Amino acid sequence: MSDYRAPVRDMLFAINELANFENVAALPGYEDASPDLVEAIIEGAAQVAGDIVAPTNWIGDQTGVRVENDRVIAPEAFRPAYKTLVEDGWLGVSMDPEYGGQGLPSLLGIAIEEMLQSANLAFSLCPLLTQGAIRAIEAHASDELKAMFLPKLISGEWAATMNLTESQAGSDLSVVSSKAVPEGDHYLVTGQKIFITWGDHDYAKNIAHLVLARLPDAPEGVRGISLFLVPKFQLDADGNSGEPNDVVPISVEHKLGIHASPTCVMGFGNNKGSVGYLVGEPNQGLAAMFTMMNHARLGVGLEGLAVSERAYQKAASYAKERVQGAAPGHKERGPIIRHPDVRRMLMMMRSTNEAMRAIAYVTGADLDRHHKSPEKEDRAAALARVDLMTPVIKGWCTEMSQELTSLGIQIHGGMGYVEETGAAQFFRDARITTIYEGTTGIQATDFVGRKLLRDQGKAMGLLIGEMRQTLAEAQASTNENVKAIAASLAVGVDNMEEGTKWLFANFQTDINVPFAAAVNMLMITGYVCGGWQMARAALLASKHLDEGTDEVEFYQAKLYTARFFADHLLPRTLGHLATVKAGPASTMAMTEEMF
Amino acid sequence: MKKIMVGLKRVVDYNVRIRVKPDGSGVITDGVKMSINPFDEIALEEALRIKERGEAEEVIAVSIGPADAQQQLRTGLAMGADRAILVQTDKLVEPLDAARTLLKLIEKESPELVIVGKQAIDDDNGQTGAMLAALWDRPQGTCVSEVTFADGKATVTREVDSGLETIEVDLPAVLTADLRLNEPRYVKLPDIMKAKRKPLETVSLDDLGIALDPQLEIVKTDPPAQRQKGVMVEDVDGLISALKDKGLL
Repeated sequence: MSDYRAPVRDMLFAINELANFENVAALPGYEDASPDLVEAIIEGAAQVAGDIVAPTNWIGDQTGVRVENDRVIAPEAFRPAYKTLVEDGWLGVSMDPEYGGQGLPSLLGIAIEEMLQSANLAFSLCPLLTQGAIRAIEAHASDELKAMFLPKLISGEWAATMNLTESQAGSDLSVVSSKAVPEGDHYLVTGQKIFITWGDHDYAKNIAHLVLARLPDAPEGVRGISLFLVPKFQLDADGNSGEPNDVVPISVEHKLGIHASPTCVMGFGNNKGSVGYLVGEPNQGLAAMFTMMNHARLGVGLEGLAVSERAYQKAASYAKERVQGAAPGHKERGPIIRHPDVRRMLMMMRSTNEAMRAIAYVTGADLDRHHKSPEKEDRAAALARVDLMTPVIKGWCTEMSQELTSLGIQIHGGMGYVEETGAAQFFRDARITTIYEGTTGIQATDFVGRKLLRDQGKAMGLLIGEMRQTLAEAQASTNENVKAIAASLAVGVDNMEEGTKWLFANFQTDINVPFAAAVNMLMITGYVCGGWQMARAALLASKHLDEGTDEVEFYQAKLYTARFFADHLLPRTLGHLATVKAGPASTMAMTEEMF
Repeated sequence: MKKIMVGLKRVVDYNVRIRVKPDGSGVITDGVKMSINPFDEIALEEALRIKERGEAEEVIAVSIGPADAQQQLRTGLAMGADRAILVQTDKLVEPLDAARTLLKLIEKESPELVIVGKQAIDDDNGQTGAMLAALWDRPQGTCVSEVTFADGKATVTREVDSGLETIEVDLPAVLTADLRLNEPRYVKLPDIMKAKRKPLETVSLDDLGIALDPQLEIVKTDPPAQRQKGVMVEDVDGLISALKDKGLL
């Protein structure tokens, strides 16, 4: 099917210029990550993603997965791709060198993750889940457990999963009922989990399942759940995978998209109980789970970008090739890219992708600052920003991917609706991203509840302050495009600030106020953050063009996409603000019976 | 063998659509992605495989070009070359000058084998390897698709117009790599990091005592002519008369 080439130039721009890689590389612990290596690393990953992983995408979608004899049969086509990623060291990019990782900044890890997700979203979930588990084990597990599992998980020789959901415990984990009973130096875990992504496969020699379960004396609710590491195979005396551990995939779901990602019902301990190890303190499972979740939420936000990028590449190449009637101002039949409405759709995809990439990578740099800054206050400030941006990236990028992958189909016309064209797969695959790792509604509640109201608007205030600095710079520019962008961004920032103020003034008047406003507030913030980063990009681009550059075309294009974003996407904040201020009345007016 | 020397030329990446400068003075390279010439990448891959089989001890990657050609040499080091030498110049280097320069490096390094691509995809001259062998006064095997070594000799299979030709050459010798010789490896992340610490020496043409002596004059660079729209003919007679109309028959 369609070729994928990682947008290396734009990635390098986002890494080096928007996320200021030099500052990241100067952090203690990142001495090996010299700026001159960035291009080589990104190019190297782009080759693997484009040549080895991307060609498996359509095959996986068509092959799908099934359960046979207590094991998942996943696409054979993925096996060499998984092997290459392990052998060539692409899975442990930003992991701890003490356990065999490359110790590179998360900023680079995120760029490589984007490539793998664009190349094959369903496949990329396997390493994504492993990485989330590694973060949780690093942060919460005992040294002994770390030594047993981290090196093999970081290399990719073993994989890992997240087992939270049960049939009665979805978004509400307080009613988790899986059990863990102490036995000797370990626990015996029993229970059934659903929606377990890549719950079973044999690309890796063992799978470490991180499972939420209750101890016998645990209190009810979320304060009574603990986290256990339950390997697929028990470890033998040498620490290698040995006997089966009574963990089996019972079935896989038949889904709208990500067909090649086995979404498993997992049975733990159906016969004798599965040997598990406690991760962290008893009854503190939720905290450990949030470590995994926050990592995964940023990762899923990135999926929104990644799948939209691939949809864009396919749509752009089709629009340049597909010849139809003469466009306005042309006499001859020509490619459909000449039509303003096709341009509108392509520009929508292109400019929003660039904005999403900018937000995600800049947040990646904040994450590195949080991990490595020598100043405690700087670390805390960086964390506050990452916390604020996590629901925005997850919520906004995945919501945008619904629109953008749909436009990808629209550009293909009738052929887009035909599966063999391949444009439909991106639309189907994108659909899950607003749901898993917390729906958009849950992201928005987290954003408004924890990140705005509970924080008393502090993190938001700092963000607005930084935006106003960029705004002042842009308003002072003599470049026509930058000036127009500044005018649009000014309205966007005002709207975001006004929405925030309205929320603080009204949230106590009606219990439904923050919840009804939440998604609209989140979307405003997404558009404005995107517009802000695109304004920064436009300022940088106009500076390069003024000073002289041998990449005139790249920076001109950046000015144009930033201008388009300001003209077409930023004004959407007006509508969302009006809805926020309308309050919850019309949303909640009908009685349940009236539905 | 102790040493194999491999030539790596920095060229516009093969994925880039080449565009001619408006004034016809050459092709646009500003802001364009540059890579190792694909045939040179194959040459390096073969050298690395020979070394990995234990038939050579060291692989040296060399390039002649601008300071930025260090990037391509770093890639070569990440693939597995042991060290690299850049002969730095911003001037256009013609095949004969390239061969003279490589000869100076040979005199310095005394390799038993030199492998270069059979041609570079920028100018497609395909001359450097053969010229180098002549200047060095050593045997050559060009357009190689397979090579083995025994008793100080290389047995090479060459891709020639009539098929395949197998010849034996005494070492030291120059080989030029053809497309089917091998499939170059992908670079591994840890090797990219290690490549930074491998030695990369930069010398000037002056250091080597080379004064460029251009023999060629570029008159004009033109893009290929646009393909004309085809016509469907009814039958063989129609085809013949159409060819006659064009003066082709």
